[in-house]
Amino acid sequence: MSRIVRTAADILYPAILIFGLYIVAHGHLTPGGGFQGGAVIATAGALVIVAFSYKEVTGWLTKNVLMGQEVIGLVGFIGVALLALAFGQVFFFNYLAGSGSLFGMPVPYGINAGELNTAGVLPLMNFAVGIEVWGGLTIVILYMLSGLEKEGC
Amino acid sequence: MKKTLVVAASLLILAAFFGVMAMTLTFGSPKMTDMDDYFLRHGQEQTGSNNECTAVVFDFRGFDTLGESTVLFCAIIGVALMFRKMQGGEEYEDE
Repeated sequence: MSRIVRTAADILYPAILIFGLYIVAHGHLTPGGGFQGGAVIATAGALVIVAFSYKEVTGWLTKNVLMGQEVIGLVGFIGVALLALAFGQVFFFNYLAGSGSLFGMPVPYGINAGELNTAGVLPLMNFAVGIEVWGGLTIVILYMLSGLEKEGC
Repeated sequence: MKKTLVVAASLLILAAFFGVMAMTLTFGSPKMTDMDDYFLRHGQEQTGSNNECTAVVFDFRGFDTLGESTVLFCAIIGVALMFRKMQGGEEYEDE
């Protein structure tokens, strides 16, 4: 792509990354969550893949790292859910909500100013799913591009 | 000629179907609201999440989200398999 597109992608990449991470981190307060934020971050990867050539991108955006992200996300999601068994609860129980520890501030019923330090295991699961979707959607684009690579992309 | 008649008749039937549906069904006032009311009343204190959608998706119906994640994982494995095969021959790239 032309120099204008490359410069725009350079400037936009961190901004899109920060916006997606904001959507993931505020999943329990505002509309959004892990899936949506991960998809937003994946658009940043798609933008860079479109703006630069395949050889330049795969120098630092490798498939191994992305596949590792995906696996870590899914395993982390199941692990957070399984950790409830260690607290003597059932699978997927929200053992951190209202406990006063990490993400454990109690929330009053009704309208309140959103506090980031609430909702128990939901932010952890949001982060896990966000990392998984981020790696997964980016690696799909990368694999499709590598399939076309022989044609001279 | 016959074709247009058939198309017109099917369009009319479809329009009548959806028209009757739109006239008779009442939206926004379901008959069974026990579950919705439970989620709205107890969601905030039980999960601590202000966003009710996240509370339902990740806590009350966590198994659903687990299945979604698994579906996404399987889809990406399928894409990887297909495009790796398309690259041709026995040589597998190892980067």
